[in-house]
Amino acid sequence: MFDDVSAMTGRAEQQPAEILPLGRDGWLVRFALTAAPWATAAAQVLNDRAQADPPEGVLRVMPSLTSVLFRYDPETTDRIALRARIERLLEGRDWREATPEPAARVWHIPVAFGGDHGPDLDAVSELSGLAAEEVIRTIAETPLRVLAIGFAPGQPYLGLLPEALDLPRMSSINPQVPRGAIALAVRQLVLFPNASPTGWRQVGRCAFRAFRPEAEAPVPLRAGDELRLATVSGGEMDGLLAADDPEGGARCEIRR
Amino acid sequence: MTATLLIRSAGPGVSVQDTGRPNMAHIGLSRGGAADPLALHEAAALLGLRAPAAAIEMAGMGGTFEVDVPMRIALTGAPMRARIDQRDIRWNASHLLEPGQRLTVGAAEVGTYGYLTPAGGIATTPLLGSRSTHLTAGLGALLKDGDRLPLGADPAPETPAMGLIPEARFTGGTVRFIEGPQTGLFAPETLARFEETTFTRSATANRQGVRLETEAPPFAAEVTSGLSSDFILEGDLQMTGDGQPYVLLAECQTIGGYPRIGTVIGPDLARVAQAPLGAQLRFQRIGIDEADRLAATHAARLKTLRRSAKPLVRDPASIPDLLAYTLISGVTAGRELEE
Repeated sequence: MFDDVSAMTGRAEQQPAEILPLGRDGWLVRFALTAAPWATAAAQVLNDRAQADPPEGVLRVMPSLTSVLFRYDPETTDRIALRARIERLLEGRDWREATPEPAARVWHIPVAFGGDHGPDLDAVSELSGLAAEEVIRTIAETPLRVLAIGFAPGQPYLGLLPEALDLPRMSSINPQVPRGAIALAVRQLVLFPNASPTGWRQVGRCAFRAFRPEAEAPVPLRAGDELRLATVSGGEMDGLLAADDPEGGARCEIRR
Repeated sequence: MTATLLIRSAGPGVSVQDTGRPNMAHIGLSRGGAADPLALHEAAALLGLRAPAAAIEMAGMGGTFEVDVPMRIALTGAPMRARIDQRDIRWNASHLLEPGQRLTVGAAEVGTYGYLTPAGGIATTPLLGSRSTHLTAGLGALLKDGDRLPLGADPAPETPAMGLIPEARFTGGTVRFIEGPQTGLFAPETLARFEETTFTRSATANRQGVRLETEAPPFAAEVTSGLSSDFILEGDLQMTGDGQPYVLLAECQTIGGYPRIGTVIGPDLARVAQAPLGAQLRFQRIGIDEADRLAATHAARLKTLRRSAKPLVRDPASIPDLLAYTLISGVTAGRELEE
């Protein structure tokens, strides 16, 4: 029997994390329901730990913004026993104080901000009260981490940006941003691997392709990677886009 | 010489689909693949194939097709009016299509997704382990008039035409779901009311999901604003901003921000995908242990599906040259093989 699932889904304020069923083949460890920097850090740390030493029976571990998903084969896995193994992974640590390890890989990606390549930069400047140059400097100086990959293939959620850039999504949807668009909302950036509609504000564009279906590594970025966005001029970006190289001038530095 | 399928004309939602790309959520890619995977298994049963082959999925409307070598084809999923040249042919059956003949598939009579499976399978180059077109991921494209697709060889072109009685799933009905990480965000009264409500499949539906309508008040979660985006999956019952449900299908995104009341179980999801415009759907919550049992039953049924395929007996009146056919008597009266 599995009736205690109902009890598990109740919200608990005291627990550092809830372990909740997601479909027939997933346990989701959720640190927080709403965005919280500590929960994002905790999800990064738990993902690192579980990737390095996955609990027996787990086929895949993947992080989201405030949670980590453990997927298993429901036909060969004792769901309750796996839950206990995940619980043990959570024990003995104050998750509210979790600090991610430095990234093993750092990507340096050229980005043009503002103008045709970042049509919503001025709106971001107005809403945040920061000058446009200050918005660009803040983004370029923040060591961004790939917090999650999803929504669309290869699409990274990057963060967290300083609180000044905690802006809501737009009330209306922008019907299309181009491939390579960099858009901002809720202290995060998204890098669009393909043209897409979005409710986020496009502040820049890169020529780096985050989804390459024909390549041996179709998704070059991994959760936990660090990204440094290096400012280039609009003209330089036009050149990088015209060169049509999937790397788009990006460089991956291996740190450990 | 490779065999070719010529798409002389295609309806607006015709694409190549197989069983998709499971287990790629970590790169942000949902399964995709056939909206009704059972139809691919039924086609494999009719054609005597060990595993489902890549097929043509037709959303609501078919097209006209030709081959350049003799090739058996199976027609499964939502029943559509089908003819080879001027002769009406059965749905849920396999038929031999010869070069020079034209297969015409019309509109769905009930249900939404019909499938045309060549016995050799569509032999396009797989991408990320599948031949499926995944429009939201930018993989492949809808088929258009004049497209030509490579086909594998028919392993047994001499096999007689077969028919089967499909599992009923084309008119809506009751669909079972299990709870998910956000079920607890809905008040018990809202959850109870959700199970008591009859929904109507709206006109807003595609391979990403199906919107449901009701006169009942919205099914709002108790926490809706500021929810952090989290993993979503095929089958999720997502409550959009207005509190109306949207059932996610094969081509859904992998991360989303709307609260979800639960997840429709795999064996019942085709009932949602196939529900035609205006069909009624109800939802019944079951425990995860029961979902496991149903999944096991479903998997076992897929393994024995081949036994349910029986040789077709043709109506002698429609056979131009009786002597050219070997009649198999006593297997079926024919009609029961139709919907």
